[in-house]
Amino acid sequence: MTVAAAFFYLFACVCIASAFMVIASRNPVHSVLFLILAFVNAAGLFLLMGAEFLAMILVVVYVGAVAVLFLFVVMMLDVDFVELRQGFLQYLPIGAAIGVIFLIELLLVVGSMAIDPNILKSPVAAIPPADQVTNTAALGRVLYTQYLYFFQAAGLVLLVAMIGAIVLTLRHKAGIKRQDVAAQVARTKATAIEVRKVPFRQGV
Amino acid sequence: MPALTVPAIAPALPELLLAAGALVLVLIGAVQGDRSRGLVGALALALLVAAGLAVAMQPAGRIETFNGAFVVDGFARFMKLLTLLGAAASLILSSDYLKRERLDRYEYPILVVLATTGMLMMISANDLIALYVGVELQSLALYVIAAMDRDNARSSEAGLKYFVLGALSSGMLLYGASLTYGFSGTVSFPGIAAALQNGHSAGIVFGVVFLAAGLAFKISAVPFHMWTPDVYEGSPTPVTAFFAAATKMAAMAMTVRVFVGAFPGIVPQWQQIVVFIAIASMVLGAFAAIGQRNIKRLMAYSSIGHMGYALVGLAAGTEQGVNGVLVYMALYLAMTLGAFACIIAMRREGGMVEEIDDLAGLARSQPALAFCLAMLLFSLAGIPPLAGFFAKFYVFAAAIQAKLVTLAVIGIVASVVGAYYYIRIVKVMYFDEPRGAYLPMAPGLKLVLGVSSAVVVLFWLAPAPLVGAAAAAAKSLF
Repeated sequence: MTVAAAFFYLFACVCIASAFMVIASRNPVHSVLFLILAFVNAAGLFLLMGAEFLAMILVVVYVGAVAVLFLFVVMMLDVDFVELRQGFLQYLPIGAAIGVIFLIELLLVVGSMAIDPNILKSPVAAIPPADQVTNTAALGRVLYTQYLYFFQAAGLVLLVAMIGAIVLTLRHKAGIKRQDVAAQVARTKATAIEVRKVPFRQGV
Repeated sequence: MPALTVPAIAPALPELLLAAGALVLVLIGAVQGDRSRGLVGALALALLVAAGLAVAMQPAGRIETFNGAFVVDGFARFMKLLTLLGAAASLILSSDYLKRERLDRYEYPILVVLATTGMLMMISANDLIALYVGVELQSLALYVIAAMDRDNARSSEAGLKYFVLGALSSGMLLYGASLTYGFSGTVSFPGIAAALQNGHSAGIVFGVVFLAAGLAFKISAVPFHMWTPDVYEGSPTPVTAFFAAATKMAAMAMTVRVFVGAFPGIVPQWQQIVVFIAIASMVLGAFAAIGQRNIKRLMAYSSIGHMGYALVGLAAGTEQGVNGVLVYMALYLAMTLGAFACIIAMRREGGMVEEIDDLAGLARSQPALAFCLAMLLFSLAGIPPLAGFFAKFYVFAAAIQAKLVTLAVIGIVASVVGAYYYIRIVKVMYFDEPRGAYLPMAPGLKLVLGVSSAVVVLFWLAPAPLVGAAAAAAKSLF
């Protein structure tokens, strides 16, 4: 067994096990932590396939941002998870049925590919050969040339989303102590320190 | 390694100006805080004017850039000018209103500028990706300004409804776009048109249907109009004016370009869709507005109806039809801005009033305002010699020349029905007992109302410049 295969089984097993724990663990914070583990292992699987850009994005975006956001939400919202779980048995038949349908579809696809490999059409897009250019470089090359307009416009959309979130949620409450950096910096010895003569054995 | 060439950015100069300007405004606002409200508002207006100048200065002819994703032609320039005019006018309308309602935050003009950037991108979009990105940029900013008055439950409801239904329509638009891409193999409009020259598959028609559903939502045409009355009623009034004026221009331009630019090969297929949407919008706009008591809701149904009339021109599918659409949209812009200037002027000591009964006896308390509003309403009803009559004349003439006589007849019947509720408001203003005068109008309102009333009343004296410009713009599409 080669090293790559060994790593594949390692990542795959940990990924599936932690994915199972996401739905099985009773503590929602544990669920999110297992979710992070699943993401990192999925990133490892991407690396093994040579898709290093996807792997890094998965770690940076999903582990670094989305999962941390989930943690915040889970900790800050007062959701009664015990109550949420009560319908579990009720939803089990439908959930199981959907799972079985997925399984059948997977088997059909894999089976037909095994019978006739030509059934799979390869995409006609101009992907550069993987041995000449890494996929990060290949993506960057079209992102900033051919798709420059869309890329910048998408950036504007994100800016609008950010401004919108602030407009709709930020409230300036009166009567709250705020940090005023200018006032802090402008303090001098004269305003900050009071020198007193303390009489002997009497205190202030 | 392929040679990297920088795409020509000069054709996108107005959009770049607005986008870069919006970033500067964000910085000014972030550094100066709420003190910068007046400055940011004035600069935003200046930006829109500068973008308008940049559009007007662009050389004639058709230019494509960004690998064909972005196109500037006569049609784009005409609609961009209308959109910028609508956006600038609604900014002028908003400044006094927002101050009085304590909504004047510096983010509002910035979001209007960003939404306008999205609209210009929609108008210039020459492929499906550019179209979608433009739509999202515009809609996202609109959702936020609809909910601007966040302590008001109706405004929040308007924002939320607009957001949820807008997301649904984006989904339909994307589904249509993906089907179109799948069955034609390209996202660019000229590419799709070329792929459809040698016959088409049924899948393309499905794609067109879903695209049409998404587009109809954006112009609030029946059967995708459900959000319009609630959003128009709940949003702050200048925001509603912005929705009715600028947004409609961009969405209609996008609709025309998609149908005429990408699907000229299957006109009979999409003509059925547009005819159905047009008839349904005209009829619903005429009948549903009759029972309305709130004037903003009435304007919402009125705008649904007017989009139906404009679509009559598109249904013809000819150059003359597109010419009609352009003239219609230009005159509708003037009428709707004037009407909203009047609605924003409906303010008494206790605050804004929005009921039609609150207009009672306006002719005796404020004869000038009542006269302007009466002219605008007669024009919206399509009574000659006001501008609204000519607008309808051009689209119906195009429909009849394209042998869509039934459509034109239904449209004329619907406009007769619609005249009832417009003229009822005139009756309330001139013959009912007065209910007390409004507070004096702000200078900005007077300006917008004066200019739009003048356009509406005096259009018949000199129709040639507008009609000529629209004809040249329509020619650039074919």
